Amino acid sequence: MGIHRGHKARPGEWLAEKFIFLVSLSAILMVLLIFLFVAREALPVFFGQTNTALVQKPIPPDEMDKHTAAELEAYLEITPDQLAKLPKSTLRTMMDIKVEAQNDIPEDFRNDPDAHINTTEWKYLVAPHRWNDYEKPEYIWQPVGQIKKFNIIPLVVGTLKVTLIGLLFAVPLAVGAAIYVSQLARPRVREFLKPAIELLSGIPSVVVGFFALLVMATTLQSIFHYQTRLNAFVAGLALGFAVIPVIFSIAEDALTSVPRAYTQAALALGASRWQTAWQIVLPAALPGVFAAAVLGFGRAIGETMIVLMVCSASVMSWSVFDSARSITTTIAAEMAEAVSGGPHYRILFMLGALLFAATFVSNMIGDFVIHRFKNKLEGKR
Amino acid sequence: MNTLTPSEYLPEKNSDTTRLTRNFRAEKFDFWSFFFSGLTGLATLFILGILATILLNIIVNGWSAISWHFVSTIPKKDFFDANTTGVLPMIVGTSFRVIVMTIFVIPVGVITAIYLTEYASHTSILTRIIRAAVNNLAGVPSIVFGLFGLGFFINFIGKNMDDLLHHPNAVWGQPALIWASLTLAVMTLPVVIVATEESLKAIPPGLREASLALGATKLETILKIVLPQALPGIMTGGILAVSRAAGEVAPILFTGVAYYMASLPAHLSDQFMDLGYHIFVLSTQSPNIEQTRPILYATVLVLLMLTFALNIVAILIRARVRKKLRALG
Repeated sequence: MGIHRGHKARPGEWLAEKFIFLVSLSAILMVLLIFLFVAREALPVFFGQTNTALVQKPIPPDEMDKHTAAELEAYLEITPDQLAKLPKSTLRTMMDIKVEAQNDIPEDFRNDPDAHINTTEWKYLVAPHRWNDYEKPEYIWQPVGQIKKFNIIPLVVGTLKVTLIGLLFAVPLAVGAAIYVSQLARPRVREFLKPAIELLSGIPSVVVGFFALLVMATTLQSIFHYQTRLNAFVAGLALGFAVIPVIFSIAEDALTSVPRAYTQAALALGASRWQTAWQIVLPAALPGVFAAAVLGFGRAIGETMIVLMVCSASVMSWSVFDSARSITTTIAAEMAEAVSGGPHYRILFMLGALLFAATFVSNMIGDFVIHRFKNKLEGKR
Repeated sequence: MNTLTPSEYLPEKNSDTTRLTRNFRAEKFDFWSFFFSGLTGLATLFILGILATILLNIIVNGWSAISWHFVSTIPKKDFFDANTTGVLPMIVGTSFRVIVMTIFVIPVGVITAIYLTEYASHTSILTRIIRAAVNNLAGVPSIVFGLFGLGFFINFIGKNMDDLLHHPNAVWGQPALIWASLTLAVMTLPVVIVATEESLKAIPPGLREASLALGATKLETILKIVLPQALPGIMTGGILAVSRAAGEVAPILFTGVAYYMASLPAHLSDQFMDLGYHIFVLSTQSPNIEQTRPILYATVLVLLMLTFALNIVAILIRARVRKKLRALG
């Protein structure tokens, strides 16, 4: 600045400024840390370092030194730290146990071809596989039992199914309400409507899940007469409740930010309120409304408790009235029973990383579109 | 839209204006306009209907089951029994984790907001990255925060603390109240930042300029002029963060919540019981849902009263701040 301000140095001021700056980087730091630490636990899956094959070629404890550290880590399912820290004798005992465990496997499992494969390889994670007792190749998520099946496709399908139902229900309602509140309602009514709808976002998702489980499921079944009481349809509708306030407030914001000159010009030319809203304001605000839907999608695929409480069976089916298990549900329900550091644990973290990536992308798209839209309305390039 | 010919819109010499107005009105009535306006109005009503149904259902069913005994009792191991159960440990646990969270999130959030509004240049790339990070943090799924808490706070920080402090057994490297609170603090950081920023922007720039012109430094201006003015907004941010965090279950699933504890949490490394998680347990793991229904409704009502009271206060303060903002143009 051109003004000569101080006559003395102010180290305190300078320090405080730097401190404020450093603290403000915390948001960036947190996003990076989330990404790093969720991905870190999932890395062995990406690099194929986990092995779930039931029957493995045992390494005799005497030959321990002949193998590389990486091989031993994968074999004993431990981290490099642990390998470095544990004394030789403990490692030996662990290897003895491993050999004994191999000897204890019942004979009929030894002949099962499935017992020899590593189910955490990518081809078993995403492609259908014909398991021993099945007639055709199938997508199966079944992380318990002797042979653990980790195909993530049923979970992805379950997530998309529930999310799409939720969005199909929530987007028209929320956008309709946004049009009404921002364009058609009287100012006094608007003052009341906006906070009232936003209050919906104050209901915790566990309460929405509870309501769906106890009240909605029964009511909807008596209306539609479907077989499974708790299914993707109920979960999707309940999910819609949670997403409506998100979509509503972003869409309402976009519609309100359309310059009043547009509306006034249209009204002066004789257009009715509805014509103005539908043909002038909505097209102008369309990017914002689209962004609202995208951000709603991000919120919906990340929602946990509602789907967890309403449906849980992982069935590979696109039918709306079947149960569905979403990615979030799977993580929430199975993390407690997964052995820390084991393949199941790692795959759950990998699912978390996928989810993070998906919401990251949808947030980025949503924010980018809104940013462009606002700049355009303000006449900036 | 219909076009009018001059003979229609130019007043005839002898016609009275009232008739013209009436014709104009009559022509303006458009069935489709009316229909679609009604449709959007119905959508609004429907959403309000959902809200009202949920709230009424819970209040009507929950009110009769709430009693002083219910909110002040520590339940025995079998908390599905409607006569002896209580929710005291859950209320204490939820409040405790939320208070610890506030201690961490408010300073960081407020300082970040101060940087963004008072110091940062609005066009710099760094500012845009910070804003993008804040927006992204707001969109990360809550269960991913849970995974993060497990992977970072418990498995990384907690385990290393145990090593450093030479604890033979895991003290910090296991689910604990402090880790749940920190996870929630990371999750609610954007809420605090956005609300504080909004209230900082609502303060007229003239106030800052006057203070600077009188010789105050920038820091003095912020501490003595800007922050006191922004207090309602900061409170809103804190309240919204608390009400959001109080109802969240997914982030604490792996970071600190306990299915059952015989005593109240007393230490930061203790696990705790939680209202939201208790609702989940009661509604999905009850041996007899008909018998648990009253206590389930009562628990939900307690949680809702907690979050809604906070929400309504926040909405009221925010409405006032927004009005001020609008008055400034």
